[in-house]
Amino acid sequence: MSTEARAETFAASDWGGGVLPYRVGHRKLGMWLFIVSDSLTFSALLMGYSYLRASNNWPTPFPFYPSIVFATVMTFCLLSSSLTMVFGVSASSKGDQQGARKWILATIVFGVAFIVLHLIEWNHLIHEGLRPFSLPEHWVAAFNQADGTPPSPLFGATFFAITGLHMFHVASGAVYLAVVAARIKKLKHEDVEISGLYWHFVDLVWMFVFPLIYIMSVDIGGHLAK
Amino acid sequence: MTAHAEEEHFAGSNKLFMWIWAWLLILTAAEVFLAYRPMAVHFMLTILMGLSIIKAALIVAYFMHLKFERLSLILTIVPMLVACICLLFVFFPDSFRSFDLRYKHKEPPPVTQSSEEH
Repeated sequence: MSTEARAETFAASDWGGGVLPYRVGHRKLGMWLFIVSDSLTFSALLMGYSYLRASNNWPTPFPFYPSIVFATVMTFCLLSSSLTMVFGVSASSKGDQQGARKWILATIVFGVAFIVLHLIEWNHLIHEGLRPFSLPEHWVAAFNQADGTPPSPLFGATFFAITGLHMFHVASGAVYLAVVAARIKKLKHEDVEISGLYWHFVDLVWMFVFPLIYIMSVDIGGHLAK
Repeated sequence: MTAHAEEEHFAGSNKLFMWIWAWLLILTAAEVFLAYRPMAVHFMLTILMGLSIIKAALIVAYFMHLKFERLSLILTIVPMLVACICLLFVFFPDSFRSFDLRYKHKEPPPVTQSSEEH
């Protein structure tokens, strides 16, 4: 075997040009890089939230109903939407474009259900008096510490910013999937797979938002019920 | 790429994906259950983040298909992201310091002239 032929077997030959070193197309690699950068955006927001929470008297106002029940059903919707999306990508890989379109539409339905439930939940909180930079008066009274330290007014800012940015991602994902479903006959399988990557990422982010924002803010002591 | 080649590339059966979905739901139910168990905040936070990392890993590995991609792609994406996120933890000592520096009210805050007018 010549030296040149042996060189073909080296892993380094992947990086010599003329091949796709990751064995994925440039668009799919681009989506992965976007997901990495968006992960850092959400990480920074959640770290900022955690910083504020650790350095303040932080209110824990969420009752079982409606907040936790709604958030749990929303989680179910997103997880189910990921399942239908993966079924859509699977159907697309087999060349079943109609099946892929059907599953993508089911994914959009779950995504829209998530947004509707989230907006109802926001409406509850806004109606109660929560604003980005102030708390409802009865929350302030309930979560005032014994030494008179009031609860941080930034609860609303972190809640609306993080859940709002996530909701924006879900909404733009639903539009993206609608375009993919409408143009599925003109698109390649890889395009469907890339849209699936984005949708699963939105689901993944919620796996951290749900426990940090909702579960860690459950009103265990029943402060607001007193 | 032919349809056959793509089918080979998209590994994982629908049955496998349903199992992953079921596990994700079970872990979510465990998180909600934990929310109402009396325990220290640090302990609960550790368990919740552990469960979230498991859920995220399941989604990335199976739903996002990274488990079936080339190792070079995984090594390009994952360690760098984990390292960057871990670096963000550098801020926490400052947040704890900030909490301790906060003015401790020994008695209710004094009522000022302007607040009396309201």
